[in-house]
Amino acid sequence: MSEINLSDFIAEAEELLDRLNHGLLDLDRSIKSDSRQDPSVVNDIFRAAHSLKGICGMFGFGEVGEIAHKLEDILDRLRLGKLKLTAYGLDVLFAVTEELRKIISRKAGGEPISPEEIKELKNKLSQMEKAKEEDTGIGLLKQSGISGEILAVLTEYEEHRLVENLKEGMGIYQISADFSLADFDRGLPELQDRLKDVGELITTSASAEPGKENSMTFYLLVGSAQSQEDIEAQLEGHLVTVNLIKPGKQAKAGKSAPAKSKTKTRDPEKAEPSAGDAEGEAEAQGQEETATVRSLSRTVRVDIGRLDELMNIVGELVLSKNVITQLIEKLRNQLGFTELAIDLYKVNRNLERKLQELQQGVLEVRMVPIGQIYDKLRRNVRKLARETGKEVEFIAEGGETELDKLIIEDLADPLMHIIRNSIDHGIEPKKERKKLGKSEQGQILLRAFQRGNHVVIEISDDGAGLDLMRIRKKAAEMGLISPEAEVKQEDLIQILFTPGFSTAEKVSEISGRGVGLDVVKNNIAALSGAIDIESTPGQGAKVIITLPITLAIIQALIVEAGTETFAIPLNAVSSGLSIKPQDIKTIEGREVIEQRERTLPLLRLERFFRLNSKSKTGEEELYVVTVGIAERRLGIVVDRLLGRQDIVIKSVGKVLTGLKGVAGATELGDQRTILVLDVLGLIEEAAASIGSRRMGAGAVNVS
Amino acid sequence: MVKDFYQILIAEDSAITRAFLVSVLEEFSDQLNIIEAASGFEALKQLPREKFDLIITDINMPDINGLELINFVRSNPEYAHIPLIVVTTEGSVRDKEKGLALGASEYLVKPIDPNLFRNLIIKHLGLEPEPSGRADGDIT
Repeated sequence: MSEINLSDFIAEAEELLDRLNHGLLDLDRSIKSDSRQDPSVVNDIFRAAHSLKGICGMFGFGEVGEIAHKLEDILDRLRLGKLKLTAYGLDVLFAVTEELRKIISRKAGGEPISPEEIKELKNKLSQMEKAKEEDTGIGLLKQSGISGEILAVLTEYEEHRLVENLKEGMGIYQISADFSLADFDRGLPELQDRLKDVGELITTSASAEPGKENSMTFYLLVGSAQSQEDIEAQLEGHLVTVNLIKPGKQAKAGKSAPAKSKTKTRDPEKAEPSAGDAEGEAEAQGQEETATVRSLSRTVRVDIGRLDELMNIVGELVLSKNVITQLIEKLRNQLGFTELAIDLYKVNRNLERKLQELQQGVLEVRMVPIGQIYDKLRRNVRKLARETGKEVEFIAEGGETELDKLIIEDLADPLMHIIRNSIDHGIEPKKERKKLGKSEQGQILLRAFQRGNHVVIEISDDGAGLDLMRIRKKAAEMGLISPEAEVKQEDLIQILFTPGFSTAEKVSEISGRGVGLDVVKNNIAALSGAIDIESTPGQGAKVIITLPITLAIIQALIVEAGTETFAIPLNAVSSGLSIKPQDIKTIEGREVIEQRERTLPLLRLERFFRLNSKSKTGEEELYVVTVGIAERRLGIVVDRLLGRQDIVIKSVGKVLTGLKGVAGATELGDQRTILVLDVLGLIEEAAASIGSRRMGAGAVNVS
Repeated sequence: MVKDFYQILIAEDSAITRAFLVSVLEEFSDQLNIIEAASGFEALKQLPREKFDLIITDINMPDINGLELINFVRSNPEYAHIPLIVVTTEGSVRDKEKGLALGASEYLVKPIDPNLFRNLIIKHLGLEPEPSGRADGDIT
């Protein structure tokens, strides 16, 4: 129970850094729009830094803790109003948070951290501190006439918030409410939530009064611009007493005589069913509150490895069930429809349904919203924009779209690379944009949404679009195309994915670090996804990534070619048809068939993998499985279709990783191991085999 | 006065700090029952449910803060006698002064020295450390 290990530490540290970062982004927004900084945000990031310091100390990460300590000091002074946050200060805070993240991960990996690094970070923070102390106005408290009893239990931060409220001329109210011991954990949060609409909740305290055995009185200190009557009206339905302890400047004196109090005698329990119009709203609020309170105490953090294990077991169960299904089939064939066979069939059907539910359940547990990585991306956009001197607005939509946790993990880097390309190559410098009549601030829009069994992520910018001329020139230089050849835009775009291809004249700070779009493509392909680019010159480019929702269990079409059996992921299959050998035509040395007035290029699996073919008369029917998305389609020619089945993809190990067109292996019901085809790889191979493009794409090493 | 079983309430919003404090007291696990509360509010809920021999609290917690918890405990005859140890990251002098004025028995600032913490618990509960245990460290 009390076992704490390094991975717990890392997990909590990461959470805290995320919280810090999230808060800083909020502050960034309020500084930019010149709006009021939400005090709870500053307080929250202070608390995150403070917790970070605490846990660092416990884990012997003392030197990291020192930075966190310094950070905490500064944030403490910010939240107490002793320091004013400037855009420069915010930059420092962003940078230090980022450095802390790196240092912690290095340190966790056993790498020593030099004292100079720590010192440098501390110095950075110290510069920020040089700003002069602001007056905290604690003196105001003494003159306010608020009783010492109340002030005695305020933390320094709460004192500061009280002072701020006094400065802003808010009225200070003390709202007291009795709750029974049985239900105060429901009633109090509800009341606190209500008060958020009234003003700022400064603190909550409690007292148990003698004689009231089963109830507890809570005092909520609130700063509000509203009059006592208005507040009372808003708290209709709660059993509360509202006391004005310090009149505000705005509230009219006549309307809110000091120390006047009125007790609402409506019992919230009884009031609920008859609350009328307000009922729905109040209930919704109540539920929301319960939901948040619950998620705090009812969430379990699970190592993804354990979920993988579970998933594997479910996968193996699915395989066992497939074996049973085959046995039942056999039984039926041998003995006919005996009672036993029918019973067994029914039981198996039931097992199948439950197994599906189990599979679905485990899958859902693994799903996380993609919004988790939005902050990270936003942070990077901010940094890159600053480095390039461009102004970039980053809009991210569809954060609630869910994907398998592992996919999300592997998605951050490719997405960052694409965004980096947009900022570096796509969005024009401010001056140029102005000349073009565009707004100085460029825009990058990231949109994620679900489409069927896929999640689509689009990253579009309003920059210059792809420089097709330059891509063409470079491709010709590299010998990928002949200078005279007519090449369609979509083919030029495909060239971007060639290893080593870059149009950058010189290596910039941002893109062009030798990591090209081919790596992005491989990363996406490793997730069984596809990537495409659309471009409109002068108006921007759009990168479209299509990903399966999960990698773990997929439906596949089982086919036979030559003497081998293969699985083709069903999500890539658009249709299947049977043809006669004489339907196949040859155009420019390629086998194709005419299909709905379009030609479909073919790939014979048997030839592709150089398999032993079964003796054939040359007259047998063949089957064509059409795969591919949009314009890049391919007909895979096989001998037989064996049916569809749920499969669990397993990696094929090192020996076969270089093999083109293979995504992995799986086991069939009869415990034979077969290969799962990598459809995108096959399409590429087929495309590469025409003419001179062979040399470029042939070198792709699918990892 | 000699008891052989004690109940401790820990009010602290950082799960890892709670785990740390619990782990320091591991050696007394057969003499202690430790109840964890993730906020001042949760601590208030726990108070009437059990008979506590010691309360450990943080200062900065969401909803009800540590100072308020101390005040609540000290102003309530049922709980007023319970020793109360503050464990906080807060270096604020004002908070410390207030905490002690409200009746905190001890005030520790993180990072916590495990031995110091352990010895404070021994002192306030009158526990008997294991003979082989780490018996060094100062009692303040």
